[in-house]
Amino acid sequence: MAAPPHHSLLILLTGLLVVAFLSTLAAAIYEDQVGLADWHQKYIGKVKQAVYHSQKSGRRRVVVLTEENVISSLDLRSGDIFWRHVIDKNDPLDQLSLSLGKYVLSLSSGGTILRAWNLPDGQMIWETNLQTSTSSNPQLHVLSNNKVAKDNLVLISAGRWMYAVSSIDGSISWEKEFSLDGLEIKQVLQSPESDIVYAIGIAGSSKLALYHLSAKTGEILKDIQESLPGGLCGETVLGSDNLLVALNKARSSLFLIDFKGDRISYNKVHISDLVQDLSGTFKLQTVSNGVIALQTFSTISLLKLKGTDGLEVVQRFDQPAAVSDALTISEKDDAFAIMQHVGSQIEFIVKFTNDVSSEIIRENVNIDQHRGNVEKVFLNSYIRTDKSHGFRALVVMEDHSLLLIQQGEVVWSREDGLASIVDVTTSELPVEKDGVSVADVEHNLFEWLKGHMLKLKGTLMLANADEVAAIQALRLKSSEKNKMTRDHNGFRKLLIVLTKAGKVMALHTGDGRIIWSNLLPSFRGSRFGGMPSALRIYQWQVPHHSIMRENPSVLVVGKSGAESSAPGVFSILDSYSGEELNSMRLDHSLVQIIPLTLKDLSEQRLHLIVDSNSNAHLYPKSPDSLNAFLHEMSNLYFYSVDIQTNVIRGYSLHKSCDVKGDEYCFSTKELWSIIFPSDSERIAITETRKMNEVVHTQAKIIGDHDVMYKYLSKNLVFVATVSPKAAGNIGSALPEEASLVAYLIDAVTGRILHRVTHHGAQGPVHAVLSENWVVYHYFNLRAHRFEMAVIEIYDQSRADNKDVMKLIVGKHNLSAPITSFARPEVAVKSQSYFFTHSVKAMSVTQTAKGITSKQLLIGTIGDQVLALDKRYLDPRRSANPTQQEKEEGIIPLTDSLPINPQSFVTHSHQVEALRGIVSIPAKLESTTLVFTYGVDLFYTQLAPSRTYDSLTDEFSYALLLITIVVLVAAIIFTWIWSEKKELRDKWR
Amino acid sequence: MAPLRRALLALAGLLLLSLAASAFQSDELLLNDDEEFEGVGARPSSPLPPAAPAVSSRRRSADASSTGAAESNAMQFTLEHDLGAGKGFVPAGTFSARLKTSAHGTQTLTKLRFTRNELAEDDKDAFKKLLQEDGFYTIRLPSNVLDTTRKDNVVSSIKARCIPRDSLDEHIVIHMDGVNILAVNYGSVGGCQYPRPIKLPSKWTFNSYTILKTAELAPRTPSFADQLIEADNGLGEVMKPPEKSFWAKYWMYIIPLGLIVMNAVTAAANIPEEAAGQGQPGAQRAPAAARRR
Repeated sequence: MAAPPHHSLLILLTGLLVVAFLSTLAAAIYEDQVGLADWHQKYIGKVKQAVYHSQKSGRRRVVVLTEENVISSLDLRSGDIFWRHVIDKNDPLDQLSLSLGKYVLSLSSGGTILRAWNLPDGQMIWETNLQTSTSSNPQLHVLSNNKVAKDNLVLISAGRWMYAVSSIDGSISWEKEFSLDGLEIKQVLQSPESDIVYAIGIAGSSKLALYHLSAKTGEILKDIQESLPGGLCGETVLGSDNLLVALNKARSSLFLIDFKGDRISYNKVHISDLVQDLSGTFKLQTVSNGVIALQTFSTISLLKLKGTDGLEVVQRFDQPAAVSDALTISEKDDAFAIMQHVGSQIEFIVKFTNDVSSEIIRENVNIDQHRGNVEKVFLNSYIRTDKSHGFRALVVMEDHSLLLIQQGEVVWSREDGLASIVDVTTSELPVEKDGVSVADVEHNLFEWLKGHMLKLKGTLMLANADEVAAIQALRLKSSEKNKMTRDHNGFRKLLIVLTKAGKVMALHTGDGRIIWSNLLPSFRGSRFGGMPSALRIYQWQVPHHSIMRENPSVLVVGKSGAESSAPGVFSILDSYSGEELNSMRLDHSLVQIIPLTLKDLSEQRLHLIVDSNSNAHLYPKSPDSLNAFLHEMSNLYFYSVDIQTNVIRGYSLHKSCDVKGDEYCFSTKELWSIIFPSDSERIAITETRKMNEVVHTQAKIIGDHDVMYKYLSKNLVFVATVSPKAAGNIGSALPEEASLVAYLIDAVTGRILHRVTHHGAQGPVHAVLSENWVVYHYFNLRAHRFEMAVIEIYDQSRADNKDVMKLIVGKHNLSAPITSFARPEVAVKSQSYFFTHSVKAMSVTQTAKGITSKQLLIGTIGDQVLALDKRYLDPRRSANPTQQEKEEGIIPLTDSLPINPQSFVTHSHQVEALRGIVSIPAKLESTTLVFTYGVDLFYTQLAPSRTYDSLTDEFSYALLLITIVVLVAAIIFTWIWSEKKELRDKWR
Repeated sequence: MAPLRRALLALAGLLLLSLAASAFQSDELLLNDDEEFEGVGARPSSPLPPAAPAVSSRRRSADASSTGAAESNAMQFTLEHDLGAGKGFVPAGTFSARLKTSAHGTQTLTKLRFTRNELAEDDKDAFKKLLQEDGFYTIRLPSNVLDTTRKDNVVSSIKARCIPRDSLDEHIVIHMDGVNILAVNYGSVGGCQYPRPIKLPSKWTFNSYTILKTAELAPRTPSFADQLIEADNGLGEVMKPPEKSFWAKYWMYIIPLGLIVMNAVTAAANIPEEAAGQGQPGAQRAPAAARRR
C-alpha cells in the first residue's frame, strides 16, 4: 500500500533534480532582465559618402556609406539610425546614390553588384549582377533627365565596361564594352540638353579616350582619342560641364582638357605656378562648376577655371580644412562649404560658386579638441522659417566621429570610431573615498527631497508620463552599477578601447557611456601617407598596496609607418583621466611586443620590444626594471611566428647588443626552429594561453576516484597548419587535397608535444587554448559540415602521486620545480564533434580563481555570441557512460554539439560584423564580464555555473529582515514570558 | 561448400603471408625499434602521406615485399652541433637511412641509424666551458633530407647541464613529414632537474637514442546514430536496475520517520509525567506562601 505514494515522491524528487540539472545547463535570462546588466550600442563606422534626401521627399534623413562597409539611413535631427545594413567584407561598397527619390542605389565589389534599397525602411528592392572586370574605381551615375526613357536609367562604368540599368526593376537596358585595351572609364556625364552621354576614360599611361554615347541605346555616336605628352597618373576631376582636369604622370602639372568640341583640345598648367610651397602629396577635388580644390597636408587652395586658358587661385586656406561638394540651391546657384580650423574652433563657411569671393554664412563652432581635424564635409540646405536658405553640414572628424553642424552649433555627434576597435584592455575604477563633504550633502539635499517626492508619486500612481521618465532616469543615475567607484564584486570597470583612428576611449561597464576619450597626438599624422598606426594597448601600471595612491596607466604601442622597419611609437595614458603622461618615438623598429609578468618597484610592467634586427629592447628604461629583468633573464624565452616562410623560431636573450652603450638592449640567440614544409603545410593560426588566466587545480578527479594531472604549462602554443590548396575558400579544394595538422608545441624548447592530422579538413581555423585543453573549429570537407575538435593534455609524470602515504611522507613530486628541459611524459585525449555554425571569433570565460566551470564563447555567423559549456567538448564523452561517469557529469556522446537557443548571451541583439570577444574576470568568482565588439558593441555579465556565491537581485531582503525581526521578537517575548512564569512559580 | 572454400582461401592467404614474410628477414641491428618502418604499411586506399597506425612488423614486411613497387635508396644526412665556442655549427654525427618510395610516389625514411663522431679534445673543453656557464648546446639538421642545397635547418637546443649522466646521454626525436624534417627535439634521456648542478660525465662519449615521428591521424567522429539506437534498445534490458528489497530502497525515509515517531511517543509519555511531577511541588509551596501572609 505504501508503494504508490513513495513512487510519486520519488518521481517528484527526480523531477526536481532534473530541473536543477537543466537549470545549470541553461543559463538564460528572463525577458525582464534584459538590459539590467547588459548594454548594446550600434555604430556605423567612418562615413565616406553621404547622400541627403531631396527636399521633395520631406523626411529629414541622410543615407551614408562607411568604411566599415555599412549602408545606413540616419535621422538628421537626432543622429539615430533608421535602418542599417552591414555588408560582408568580401563585397566592399564603392558608390552610393539616390534614384527616383525612393531608392538608394549601392554599387559594390568593384562595380559588379548593383543593389537598390527602399529608402523608408531599407528593404532590398532588387539586385543586379554585372559582368565586368572588377575595377578599383567604379562609377555610378544616375541620369537625371526623365525624358531619356520612361524608366530612369543608371549608368555604371567599371574598367572598360559600361552598363545602363533601369532603376525601377534593375533590368539591364544596354551594355557596352569599349574595345580600347586597358581602358578605364574615369568620368561619365550627361549632356543637359540632349540625350548624349559622355564617357571619358584613360587607357594605358597617356591615352585619353572620349566617347559620345546615346543614352537610349548605348550606341557610340562619336569616338575621339588623344595622346597627351608626358603621360597621366590617372587622377582626374571634372572642372565643369566641358572641362576635364587631369594630373600628369610626374604629378607636377595639370592638363585642362576641353572635350565638348569636335576634337580634344588641351592646355598644360604647372602646379608650382599656382601654389608656391607645394610639398608632399596633394589631392584634387571637384567643387563645382568651374571651381576645383587642391588639398595638401595643411592647406587648401580653391582654383577657378578660365576655360582651357588656365587657372587662378581664388582663395587659400592655411589651416587644416575640408571642402564639400557643390549643392544645387536653385536653377543657377550652386553652393559649397569649407570647414577650417581656427584656434580651438572650426569655421563653417558657405559660398556660392558663381561668386567665390563672397560668403553666405560664416559661423564659428566650438568643437571637442579630442576629435582632431575635419576630414570630410557634406553640405545640405533647408528652408528656414523666414523662407530663406539655411545650411547645415555633416562633418566627419579625424577620430571617425560624425557631427551635424547647424546654426553654429553641434546638433548631435556620433562616436563612430567605436565601430573600428583594434584592441581592448580594462582598468579598475578608483576606490571610494571615505567621508563626503558637507557642501555635497547640502547641495544634494534639495535634489534628494525632490527625488523622494517623485518616487513617492510614482508609488502612489500619481506621476504623469514625464515624471515616470524622470524617475527612470533618476533610478538609472543613482543605480549602483553606474557609479564611478570600485565595487565589492568587481563588476564596475573601465573598458579602455583603442580604435583604428588612434583614439583611446574609456567606457563604463555599467551603461557603456564614454568616461574619457583622447585622440593621441603621437598617432596623428599627415593625411596622405606616413600614417602612424596604433597596434595594441597594454596595462602599463596597475598599482597595488604600496603605491595605491597613484592612478593606473595604459600603454598604447604603434608604428610610425606601414613598412616593417618603421620606428615604433609609445604613448602612456592615465586610466582615470585619459591624459597622456608620456609619449616617445622609439629609435628602433617594432616587430613583436612581449608584455612580461615582471614589474619594477613602481609597479610598472616590463615590456620587451623585439625589432627587425632580432634585438630585444626593455621598457621602461629604468635601472630598477633592468635589475628585475636581469635577475630573470636566464629564464626568459620567446618565440616568433613567420607566416610568410612558415617557420616558428624560439630565442633566448643575451646581455650584449649590437648597439653599443645601450644597456637596455639585448641580443637574441636562436634556440630552436620548426620549419613547416611549404609545399604541404601553411600556418593558419597560432594560439596561446591568456597571460592572466588562473587555474584552480592541477588535478582532475575522474569518476572512479582516480586522479589525472593536467599538463599546465604557460609555454604551450597551439599551431594549426592547412595544406596550401585548402588555404582558400571552402570548396576550392577537394577533400583529398585538404588536410589540417594541429600541433601542441612547448615554446621554450620547441618540443612538439602532440601532432595530429585531420584529413579532408580545411580552414578557416579558429582556436582557443585554456588550462590544459585546446578547442579548434574548422570545416570538414568529407562530412560537409563544420567541426570542433578538442585536445586535452595530461601530465603522466605526476600520475603516480596517488598514494596518500606518499603525500603524507612527502615523497611526491608535486612541489618540485618543473623545467621545460626535462622530457615531459604527456598523455593526450581528443575528440571531434560536428558544429552547425561557422565561427567569427572564439573565446573562453575567465573567472577570478578559475573554480567556476568554463564556457566557450563563440561568435557565430549570425553575429551572436553563443555560450557553449566546455563539458560538451570533453574528449572523455562516450556513447554509454558508466554510472560513475554519469555522476562525474559526463554527457553521453553525441554526433554534434547541441545549440540551445537560450544559451545565446546576446539574446535578441546582434553585434554586427563581430570581430572579437573579451572575457574579463570579476572579483566575484562565479561571474565573468564579457565584452564583444565589431561594428556594434555588446557587454554583459555571465555566470557559467549560476551565481552560487551571491544572492540574486530578486532575493527578498525584506522577507529576510522581517523573519529576523519576528524571530528576535519571539525570542524576547518567550524569554519575558518564561521569566514571568518562573517568578510566578517562585511566588507560589 | 561456401564456408569450406572461404576457409581454404584464408589458409592460402595465411600461407602466402607467412611465405612472403619469410622471404625477407632483416638482420639489421636496430638501435630502437620504434617507428622506423613508418609509411611502408600505408594502405593503397589512402592517397595521403602515410600516417600509419601500429601494424605488426610481420604485416609490414609482407606488404613491403608484396607491393614490389617500393624502391629504397640508402642516404645520409649530417647532424651538426654548436658548442658555443664561436666556431658555429660543425658536423657531429651522421644519420643513415633508407629512402622508400611507395606506390603512390610518397617518399619516407626507414631504418634510421645514427653514428656520433668522437669528441675532440678542444670540443671537450668547449663542452666543459658550456657546462660551467650553463650555456646551450645546440644541434641542427637539414630541413629536407633529399635537397641539401636548401639552406634551411631545423634547430634544437638544451641546457648543456641536462645532458651528462655517466656518459653524455641524448635523446633525439625527429618529426618527419615525408622527406621533410619538420622539427627535431633534442633532450636528455632522463629528466633535468632545476636548479641545474654541474656534473661532468665520466665517459666523454655520446649515448644516443633516436626516434622518428610522423603525424597521427585524428580520431574520426564515428557516426553515432546506429550505435545510439542500438544502445537505446539495449538500455531497457541491460540497464534495468536489479530489484532491491523494500528496506534497501526506502531505508533513508524509514529511519527518520521512525526517529520522529519515537520522539513523539517519548514526548507524549513525558507530558503526563511532568504534569504529575510539577503539580506536587506547587502544591507544597502554596501552603508556605500562605503561611508568610
